[in-house]
Amino acid sequence: MLEIKGKSIIDININGTIKSVMVRPADTLLHVIRNQLGLTGAKNGCENGDCDGCTVLVDDWPVKSCLMLAVEAIGHKIVTIEGLKNEPIQNAFVEKFAIQCGYCTPGMIMNCHGLIKNFPNATGKIIEEWLESNLCRCTGYHEIREAIKSVINR
Amino acid sequence: MIAESELEASRAVEMIKVEYDPLPVINSPGDALKQGAALVHENLGNYRIMKACTPVPGTNNANHVKIRKGDMTKGWRKSEVIVEEDFFLPQSDHIAMETRSVRAEIRPDGHIIIHSTSQGPYIIRKKLSRHFNIDTGKITVHTPMVGGAFGGKAAVQLEMIAYLASKAVDGKEVIIVNSREEDMISSPCRIGLEAKVKLGASRDGKIRAAEITYLVDTGAYSDMGAVITKSIASDCTGPYNIENVWCDSMCVYTNHPYVTSFRGFGHLEYTIAIERTMDKLAHALGIDPIELRLKNAIIPGDTTPTQVELTRSNIGNLPECIGRLKDVMNWEEGQRIDIGNNKVRAKGIACFWKTSSTPPDAASGAVITFSPDGCANLSIGAVELGQGSKTTLAQILAEKLRLDISRINVSIDVNTQDNLEHWKTVASSTTYMVGNAVIAAAEDVIEQIKAISSIVLRCEAKDIEIADGKAFLKNNPKKYIDITEVIHGYRYPNGNSIGGQIIGRGSFIMRHLSGMDKETGKGTPGPLWTIGAQGIEVEFDTKEYTYEVVKANSAIDAGKIINPMAAKGVTMGGMAMGLSIASSEAFIYNDMGVILNPNLRTYKSIRFGEEPEYLVEFIETPEGDGPYGARGLGEHGLVGIPGALLNSLSIAAQADLNRLPLTPETIWRTKTGETI
Amino acid sequence: MIGFDFDYYKPNSIEEAQKAYKDLKSQGKVAIYYSGGTEIISKARVNQIHFDAIIDIKGIPECSIYGFKEDKLIIGAATTLTQISDSAFFPLLSQSCRNTADHTARDKITIGGNICGKIIYKEPLLPLLLSDGEAVISDGEGVKSVPLTQIFDKELQLEEGEFLIQITINKEYIFLPYINIKKTKQGKVDYPLVTVASIKKDNKIRIAFSGLCSYPFRLYEIEDNQNNINNEIKIEFNNIMDFLPSPIMEDILGTAEYRKFVTRNTLDEALEKLGGVLC
Repeated sequence: MLEIKGKSIIDININGTIKSVMVRPADTLLHVIRNQLGLTGAKNGCENGDCDGCTVLVDDWPVKSCLMLAVEAIGHKIVTIEGLKNEPIQNAFVEKFAIQCGYCTPGMIMNCHGLIKNFPNATGKIIEEWLESNLCRCTGYHEIREAIKSVINR
Repeated sequence: MIAESELEASRAVEMIKVEYDPLPVINSPGDALKQGAALVHENLGNYRIMKACTPVPGTNNANHVKIRKGDMTKGWRKSEVIVEEDFFLPQSDHIAMETRSVRAEIRPDGHIIIHSTSQGPYIIRKKLSRHFNIDTGKITVHTPMVGGAFGGKAAVQLEMIAYLASKAVDGKEVIIVNSREEDMISSPCRIGLEAKVKLGASRDGKIRAAEITYLVDTGAYSDMGAVITKSIASDCTGPYNIENVWCDSMCVYTNHPYVTSFRGFGHLEYTIAIERTMDKLAHALGIDPIELRLKNAIIPGDTTPTQVELTRSNIGNLPECIGRLKDVMNWEEGQRIDIGNNKVRAKGIACFWKTSSTPPDAASGAVITFSPDGCANLSIGAVELGQGSKTTLAQILAEKLRLDISRINVSIDVNTQDNLEHWKTVASSTTYMVGNAVIAAAEDVIEQIKAISSIVLRCEAKDIEIADGKAFLKNNPKKYIDITEVIHGYRYPNGNSIGGQIIGRGSFIMRHLSGMDKETGKGTPGPLWTIGAQGIEVEFDTKEYTYEVVKANSAIDAGKIINPMAAKGVTMGGMAMGLSIASSEAFIYNDMGVILNPNLRTYKSIRFGEEPEYLVEFIETPEGDGPYGARGLGEHGLVGIPGALLNSLSIAAQADLNRLPLTPETIWRTKTGETI
Repeated sequence: MIGFDFDYYKPNSIEEAQKAYKDLKSQGKVAIYYSGGTEIISKARVNQIHFDAIIDIKGIPECSIYGFKEDKLIIGAATTLTQISDSAFFPLLSQSCRNTADHTARDKITIGGNICGKIIYKEPLLPLLLSDGEAVISDGEGVKSVPLTQIFDKELQLEEGEFLIQITINKEYIFLPYINIKKTKQGKVDYPLVTVASIKKDNKIRIAFSGLCSYPFRLYEIEDNQNNINNEIKIEFNNIMDFLPSPIMEDILGTAEYRKFVTRNTLDEALEKLGGVLC
């Protein structure tokens, strides 16, 4: 049985590499990736699971890292925005002007990336179901819709 | 509570026990002004007045602004039809995705260093200096790219606390990061408004008189609320030519969270009241709502409520905006169409205007230097909030220097010690103010390059043109030198050198602005008016009182559009925010004034899938003294949308909807007369 | 940030979980079972709950089963709402799960956590109540199976140390006519103003509600109060209102009167779909 009592060093698989981090069992994954690994792409927009600014992929599925304990990541594959390079969805966001202040963008892209991986031919309904998780205060969502559509319809 | 780690702070805070002594609660501006209401600020009469402000001691009125224009008796006499309506909208919040955060430290030599997610780094410097008696030269404020602001990050609040906290621990760096809950209710929010509008018109549809009362819910402290109250008064009638205006705009204390600037600076709030009343007036007159707006649209030659004379250059073309809107909305097919199955399609419109009201001496600056390879480096004090300020200013510079934009670098972070001051990045004024400073700096650069080049090319400065990184003879472009040979000094073949580093300097200060007269409101609050017409098409379910916003349209005249994609993006974002505020965003207070929805779980804003089909059109009437004819645009997509939604749903539900937010329950109650 | 500390245990079997709980109890420690954890983390952050240890059930194989075995559908307590909503095993349950929270949250929220938590809506519970589901529970000594309707009253009535392993549903319920309608105050992502879930079994309509009162419930009384006339099942709205187990909720989502209005419209729509009529 896995037991983690008090502050401990654990190994987690982040962006394809195993990293050792010092965690309290009460530390969230968001807190650990930002403060210990310097991966500040995932954002703390609400710390309550409402805005999706902290979204990372866990085994290719989007998860709110503010509602996941770091210790729960043991044995799973975590991908953050820093782990993506030149993905079609990232280029699409730039081309379609789907970024204004950029704060919601990492979470938005991780969610889109997960969607494309799991449902490469996603219908409009599935796109809406997935993306209603992410709050954006700047854009009004139109360009974001254009960006994801441009990748899915390729 | 100052602790060495977030964990310690979280633990320590739990150990504090607070005992409250309940005082009477003022829960609305109307209650605050009732006879015998408890006073939120008993000492109002002894407060020092920082800006032009007219508080009424002994009351909860922190600023009473008056507009007295024309002759009301004459106006009412000419009015054959009169309508009067009451409106209410509660406070709500900016909820930028990035919450506010600040770092403060004090160096051993007493120099204060602040890092802040602020729209106004130079205002932070000014306020810290003023309130704590510190020389401005001893304060440096750093601002990086900011994750959305919408006016909320113009407030100076956490910076004061962080400075005091750092002082308490011998100058060590202290960091404060707002949780979402704190960001919503401890840091300032958006004003609430109670309004009463009375409009009188002659049978031909010309509005003859307007009598308006605005009660601004400023919360527990007046802060920017007092200035917003003034801004509302200055544009109080909406973009209509009304000769006789009587307006009382009051900044009212309540026991709610205190307010700060919010996108639109009071304009989205009062526009709801004016635009609903316009629709009621149209109905009473038997005139089409669009026709009524066209008949009264304010145009060059007319005067504003503060008696500014409008010209071709300081205001956009409202009639053309309305005409364009009418076309794209297919207005002729009818405003309310029954489509069967308990569903109705309805269209509503609203017109809006807004000036960038600034202090009369608001100023900006820009400095241009060059890298040896000929890339221009632009140093400015404007903050990047997501509105694309850096890109727009780079475009202006690229255009002026006739240099490809890939050869322009812009300072991204703002550092008050190194970048020239820009008033603050608010009020849709950055392109206008900093853009003009950039153009001035570019002209300075061109003059210097021409001066040196004319010596080298052995001609007059006026014979030279500069483009694509070359200075060449207008008459013979083959005779040229690369600017790289000039920008860091020109060196003759024998080694003699002339000139030196080219440094472009430009500044801009607002001109001809003035305060408002205490009795009449006469004055010039801002340099220009962006104006527009917006419309909403809804599909309303008459059985369930639910609705879907199908189309949202904007026809806006903001002068020359420098970056069309960015302009469209920021406008659509504003439209979405307007829909969100109108349909679901609102603080909900209990009887004790406690906010029941201080997080994003319970405070609802618009999500992906709920947005309408957007149509945005720009009419480009050049602004006389704007950079390449540009006027302001950042806020405006928002301003008319709530009014348009209220109008379209009022038509759909065939009920007078005068309160926000427009939830199905609110519509149901209004329509069926069910009272709470 | 969660301001207090706790230990983390991840057992690999039911027995290990039971032992861990007993050991912690004997040390005087407060232990709680942990599945998706979204509710626990949110409440711990604002100090609404405290505990000394969590026992994560996601490593227990029986808790992660999701599929058919003979004539039953087995739903492990650690099955995520996305796993259920993306599957076609039990359409009504998939719909209830799909209506809960938002998609990213559903990748972490588990059905066990949703049913056993303190948040009052538990929309995925409604199909389970309607379909006479059985709760398979670890009770410290071993494993027992109890009808949900027996063990759910306002909350899942678990004794100290017990935890939910699985819910099982008889296959026959899966193909019954059903409907699930969620109404909210305004947008799609929100707690329900009222959710109505309904199935028709043996020509009787069963109805369950969430959000109407301060806990979810199946309205058993209405099942014996139906009149089948000309192949149309008539149900009286006033009967339903009379049989409600507690007063209609009144909160920031809506007033009681408005909820009543919305419920009437929703029942109207639901019954029509199932060959019934609301009068």
